[in-house]
Amino acid sequence: MPLSKDEIKMLNSKAQEIRKKIVDITFTAGGGHVGGSLSQTDVLVALYYKYLKIDPSKPDWEDRDRFILSKGHGGLGWAAILGDKGYFDTSLLKNFNKTGSPFGMHLDSLKVPGCDASTGSLGHGLAIATGLAKGAKLKGKKWKTCVMVGDGELCEGSNWEAAIIAARNKLNNLIGFVDRNKNMIDGPTEEISQLEPLADKFVAFGWNVMSIDGHDMAKIGEAIEKALKSRTKPTMIICDTIKGKCVDFMEDDPTWHYGGLDSDKRDQAFECIDKYYSKIK
Amino acid sequence: MAEGMTWTVADGDQLTQAEIYGEVLSQLGDKYPEIIALTADLAGSTKIGRFGKKFPDRFINVGIAENTMFGMAAGLAMAGFTPVVSTFAVFTALRSAEQVRTDICYQNLNVKIISSHAGLSFGQAGSTHHCTEDIAVMRSFANMIVIVPADGIETGNAVAAAMEWPGPVYIRIGRGFEPTVHTTQDYGFEIGKAVTMRDGSDVTLIGCGVGVKHCMQAADVLQQQGLSARVIDMHTIKPIDKEAILKAVMDTRRIITVEDHNIYGGMGSAVADVIVEAGKACAFKKLGVPDAYSIVGYPEDLYHYYKFDADGIVETVSELMKMEIEEDEDWEDET
Ligand SMILES: Cc1ncc(C[n+]2csc(CCOP(=O)(O)OP(=O)(O)O)c2C)c(N)n1
Repeated sequence: MPLSKDEIKMLNSKAQEIRKKIVDITFTAGGGHVGGSLSQTDVLVALYYKYLKIDPSKPDWEDRDRFILSKGHGGLGWAAILGDKGYFDTSLLKNFNKTGSPFGMHLDSLKVPGCDASTGSLGHGLAIATGLAKGAKLKGKKWKTCVMVGDGELCEGSNWEAAIIAARNKLNNLIGFVDRNKNMIDGPTEEISQLEPLADKFVAFGWNVMSIDGHDMAKIGEAIEKALKSRTKPTMIICDTIKGKCVDFMEDDPTWHYGGLDSDKRDQAFECIDKYYSKIK
Repeated sequence: MAEGMTWTVADGDQLTQAEIYGEVLSQLGDKYPEIIALTADLAGSTKIGRFGKKFPDRFINVGIAENTMFGMAAGLAMAGFTPVVSTFAVFTALRSAEQVRTDICYQNLNVKIISSHAGLSFGQAGSTHHCTEDIAVMRSFANMIVIVPADGIETGNAVAAAMEWPGPVYIRIGRGFEPTVHTTQDYGFEIGKAVTMRDGSDVTLIGCGVGVKHCMQAADVLQQQGLSARVIDMHTIKPIDKEAILKAVMDTRRIITVEDHNIYGGMGSAVADVIVEAGKACAFKKLGVPDAYSIVGYPEDLYHYYKFDADGIVETVSELMKMEIEEDEDWEDET
């Protein structure tokens, strides 16, 4: 069933809230991976507030759906969501990145409830997710495994090794998302590397592939629902996104991959976010 | 520029190790036209990008693909170039360990690797980015030279020296600004030759990387307590300066090693090998990261937490001073 108007409204207002939290944590932490946290937000919100079967009071529940943030530097944005879902006391986020905090820039599965894999070294998540999806099959379990990779991250060959074996194993319970914001650290992906034609690559590797606007809740929902119906193939949803989405002075600027905000810039960022959402509501 | 110097940097004591590295490499690019610089989407973070700005045709950013980068470096070296490769230490030493060993070191290829963000210098990033294993890994690769410069100035010297060395070299630097310990660049840097930073007779503090600064600070405090500490900058872990170590054992009989690395397999272990094989008795303690994955935090906080900052060193010295160490009359006969 497609997302209802009310659901879309709810998800967008969550995304607005999360984006403001990302800005706020970036401010209090003294810096953070803000660009990629903002680009990934809509997909993560759709998953966490609609599609993932999870119970934050039981983070180790065996039958839960799994989510791996392979682009682990998005930990800042992910933590904002996990806290809001109730996995931990959100006041802990005031100490994000501070000495002795459970939260480093990259979330740690031994310290953060709701985080299943310590990522941050790029190119690990798709293989881990492939193992989780295969594990569900072997155990006869119904959980689905979702994983988000960065587009720059796809330069790592390990992703393509996992892509081969996931298709070989017919892991239709595996849903991948590419945060296709077209930037890495040193610049645009297509200037440094050559990922395109990206969709064709995954098709050739035997995946079910969709390309969507990664900031459009209705489209995200539609794609996930299609993926859930895949009979034999793993699905890769290539999400066209903007690095730094909603904050005009960050948008599509790789120098905001990692950055800090003073209180003026923070307030300016809040305004940008509110302005954006006042238009789409 | 002093005679014989191949690089010059103004305000070297105000720059990070990486900034000096990037600048020095760019300067060396004129003298060594065979240099090709490679990185994996970390041109800005490691500062190798400065070379790329000056010599765009001799610079390759492979995207986020470290294994391919080290493999390509091997191929470029086989084709007659001198590849200089930079990424974070954790990716060089752990992810791409096999490419570095098998593709580069096995054939003794002329590849220079400068890895940043080593040890706990990227403390806030968490365990996936901490790298307290690289010295152990790199020194176990035959043919590899391992250098851990104490500061920016020594980084410049190490990079210049590496270009004259005919085989693979691994240089390990930090992330941010580390206070300098060397005031000038012409103190006679030589691969494999430790630098005595100050002489002393009660205890010897052997440091590498940021550890040298901690040793110097500790030596000041100890002096106020009436103790005389020798400080050695052991910038080359392999080949290690055996002579400097054994002289320190003989002269001071108490040795403490200080490094931003797991206490297993790092500089302290290399020093211990020398002492044990010489059959010389001394009080000995390795300071560094205990055999654990570090907590998250600012580097200075972590150095303190794991007790290898000046406070931790002073504390350890007072423990070692309580130990009775017998004078060895027959030292000369034994060696
Ligand atoms: C193996 C590895 N190499 C390098 C890095 C350093 N690094 C962190 S983020 C990043 C860029 C990631 O770009 P992308 O995957 O496109 O993420 P996004 O643009 O969504 O932030 C790099 C190179 C890393 N974390 N892991």
